[in-house]
Amino acid sequence: MTREELLATTFAELADTLDDDFQVLDLLQTLADRSTEILGASLGAASLVDLRGSLHVVASTTHAVEVRNLIEIAASRELGAEAFTSGRSIVNVPHAIVARRWPEFAVAAEPLGYQSPQAVPLRLRGEVLGVLTVVFRTATEMTHTDVTILESLARVATIGLLRERTPRQKELLAEQLRASSQLRIVVEQAKGVVAELLGIDAACGFDIIKAYANRENRPVSDVAVAVLEGHLDPRELHGRT
Amino acid sequence: MRPVGEILMSVMDSASHGQTILELLCQDACHRLPISGAGLCLMTGDGLGQLTVASDDRTRELQELEFVLGGGPSKEALESGRLVLHTDLSTQRSELWPHYCHKAYGLGVRGVFSYPVRIGQIHLGVLGLYRDRPGHFDDGDLSLSLDYAEAAALILLHIQAHDESKRSLNGNSELRQTQVESTFHDYPEMHQATGMISVQAGVGLPDALLLLRARAFATGRALPDLAHEVVTRRLSFKDSGGPGR
Repeated sequence: MTREELLATTFAELADTLDDDFQVLDLLQTLADRSTEILGASLGAASLVDLRGSLHVVASTTHAVEVRNLIEIAASRELGAEAFTSGRSIVNVPHAIVARRWPEFAVAAEPLGYQSPQAVPLRLRGEVLGVLTVVFRTATEMTHTDVTILESLARVATIGLLRERTPRQKELLAEQLRASSQLRIVVEQAKGVVAELLGIDAACGFDIIKAYANRENRPVSDVAVAVLEGHLDPRELHGRT
Repeated sequence: MRPVGEILMSVMDSASHGQTILELLCQDACHRLPISGAGLCLMTGDGLGQLTVASDDRTRELQELEFVLGGGPSKEALESGRLVLHTDLSTQRSELWPHYCHKAYGLGVRGVFSYPVRIGQIHLGVLGLYRDRPGHFDDGDLSLSLDYAEAAALILLHIQAHDESKRSLNGNSELRQTQVESTFHDYPEMHQATGMISVQAGVGLPDALLLLRARAFATGRALPDLAHEVVTRRLSFKDSGGPGR
């Protein structure tokens, strides 16, 4: 698939959230995964704000334990917090400035070989709901087109989050964050089951669940629930063509 | 202290007069939220059933109404896993439960909010909050109501452990210990361990979590530490099997 095809498919998927079974976790998982892929980045994550103003990472491209802290910093603190508070895209910050501006990120990223973090707010009509963050493995200067793409993907996802026009948007968002937190727990429980049955670690369990979900065109949360309810044997998730 | 921890402290510090801890939770919610009643429906092996707790008689009546009608907002919350918020029964009746809404309205209720009480795929019950006046919660109250649902989850787990184990647990100190775990959202390893233990011991997720918690209480270790040992495969529950193993 060309980049353009992937982009078009992604927009269509993000926009297609009219299903009653729509789950925020799956929307943000798609957003993080595709943004990262389309931009040629190495790590991506999406966070949402709660009613008390704190950002929480909801979805990330990998669950590898060694990058968990880095993702937390990039998506919900330092640059993530900056993008959220300012409501502006924080992109192409020079390497030397990154170290000064976001010291925790720099300390966490350097030994792991990550750099050039980029963050765009998930915003609509002045309301900022969260942040989309991507990180690269090489020094990267995003083109104007890249930035536009990232912002557009974020915008479409945010429209999906606010798809219901209710007088009380905050209730909907609080509910969505809570639902996504609960679904995240479901995914963690499923990772454990998969890890135990396949004799692998939980982070790999996530990769397998995600790969199967992508192949079968099913939401990640759906696959996780199916595993936990015994409808899907983890041994069937692995290596199906 | 996290808000959920504050709720647990407040509940434990309440005078008891023979009330159960769940009743105290419901009453605590009535004191701190702009509601007229609170109740909890508990999941049993047969589903969301007659096992309920309520802050007052009318709430109990509303819970029984759902049971008699074969469903209502609590059932909807449980099955969808989502909050069900009916903020004004005078203008919007649920399409799914019109009869329930009509009856609730007749009892003077104008708002019904149902919160699934769950830890991922472990469904523990539903917290129902009832109002005499129509309207939404403001942000602070909405946030607090969500914290009550989380506190309910922790208390239900605590009660489960107390019933299952034959040891005499000092209820208060054990529950105080749960403040450390007052949010399950920061400890993914706990949930991974739950999944792993369910396979190792051949039990469902609720029992797997119970096994993990029981081991933590028995050995005086913090739950996150024990979970980490399970996930790094230094601790296995293969010999803790359920029936028939």
